[in-house]
Amino acid sequence: MYQEIVLAGFGGQGVLLIGKLLAYSGMKNGYEVTWLPAYGPEMRGGTCNCTVVISEKPVGSPMSKNPHGLIALNLPSLDKFEDTVRPGGVIVINTSLINRKVKRTDVKVIEVAANELAIECGNAKAGNMVALGAFIEATKIADLEKVKEIVSENFKSKPKLVEVNHKALAKGFEVAKGA
Amino acid sequence: MAKKLMKGCEAIGEAAIQAGCRHFFGYPITPQNEIPEYMSARLPQVGGMFVQAESEVSASNMLYGAAGAGIRCFTSSSSPGISLMQEGISYIAGAELPVVFVNIMRGGPGLGGILPSQSDYFQSTKGGGHGDYRLLCLAPSTVQEAADLVQEAFDLADKYRNPVMILGDGLIGQMMEPVEFKKVINPEDLPEKPWATTGAKGRKPNVINSLYLDPEDLEKHNWKLVKKYEEMAKNEKRWEVFNLDKKADILFVAYGTVARIIKTAIEVLKEKGVNAALFRPITLFPFPGEALEETAAKCKHVFVSELSTGQMIEDVKYHLGKERKVHFYGRVGGMVMTPEELVEETLKIVK
Repeated sequence: MYQEIVLAGFGGQGVLLIGKLLAYSGMKNGYEVTWLPAYGPEMRGGTCNCTVVISEKPVGSPMSKNPHGLIALNLPSLDKFEDTVRPGGVIVINTSLINRKVKRTDVKVIEVAANELAIECGNAKAGNMVALGAFIEATKIADLEKVKEIVSENFKSKPKLVEVNHKALAKGFEVAKGA
Repeated sequence: MAKKLMKGCEAIGEAAIQAGCRHFFGYPITPQNEIPEYMSARLPQVGGMFVQAESEVSASNMLYGAAGAGIRCFTSSSSPGISLMQEGISYIAGAELPVVFVNIMRGGPGLGGILPSQSDYFQSTKGGGHGDYRLLCLAPSTVQEAADLVQEAFDLADKYRNPVMILGDGLIGQMMEPVEFKKVINPEDLPEKPWATTGAKGRKPNVINSLYLDPEDLEKHNWKLVKKYEEMAKNEKRWEVFNLDKKADILFVAYGTVARIIKTAIEVLKEKGVNAALFRPITLFPFPGEALEETAAKCKHVFVSELSTGQMIEDVKYHLGKERKVHFYGRVGGMVMTPEELVEETLKIVK
């Protein structure tokens, strides 16, 4: 097991959070993990991203030049990272905010209308969870039920959000299954 | 305690609390603001005190006072802020007070930038403030090691009555990794400090001072400090050797973040048939020079890499001697080398 994943979007879309959930689930499965946010001055208004590494062995570099997986929640993120993904990798894009196709033909592409699906689930802000659900199904990097458990722990004080986020994760998972 | 996923900065803060530290004095600066933020929330929960000083100069002098009163205390800052603290650091070293400093380095000189750097090696290991003094300097490479070294730093500071510097960088501070706190120390269980100024009830007053107007006294004091540094050199050198069995084509020498990037590069080099090893100093002062010599003797080439234009390389060259060629690759200004860059540079050397 060795996976580098880049998660990117606008600040506020919750890419750092879904990155943390991925890292948590890796840790709970007994893997070594790192989560690294891009904290540079470019964060405000531009793309916000983080890199997660999940590995059997202690993680060396926590950065990734050529990730195995990419979740792009907006167009600037896809523009910036599309070419970096390794051949054979997985790209999940949010078609609610990305009005073009992925150009790469050597990767597995999953398209999800994350914003609309999130509204269907009851909260427009849960688009990140839809995308994460789709990514989990496409990569089998984590177990959906385990990620749901982690969400329950993370949002202990906000039970309403737990339900919405569980729905959104399952929705994304389902869409990717059908893709 | 179970493993938790924590940011390096938060882990450093929690480690200080688990080491029995209840007092923090500091001033905010990126990329280490999560440390004071964490301490400001946590310290009141454990009966501690968080003070945001009006400046770094002030914070470092507050530390002088708190440590003089025998209290475990620490601060964190980043490069420009650490420069401002140098007055206090020199006084603290002169007055032989145990204080832990954390420097989450960013690019310089001047205000520089906010992204990771290792350009304060000289400042931390060769001085920084005025006068003949040394800091015990520890450089973690993972979040777990940052937590471990912070806990240890408090004990070392007490043991030698000397300031200890934890030298990290923005990457270690911002990154999350699983971490576990191995020791829990209750401040009440810490050994007494008979030298501290705690109110001279029933005993002769203790004096904490760095002023010696009589040159004979000051000279004596300086040599006494040197003895202490020699003692540290004898007992405290720490390092890691990675991937060396018998012989290697090339030996990387690096610390902190760069060392872990090199570990990835070593895996890639393996696939390309190059046998590379890593020597990672964990204490930068005292520098583990003899261990480096021994390790380098088993390797064909020596290659230093830093997030600076070349600082630790001076210590490496000092220990390996003029005859030995030492290759160098540095990135600065907040740019961080990728494993791929290091592989490419290595292939140029070994070919």
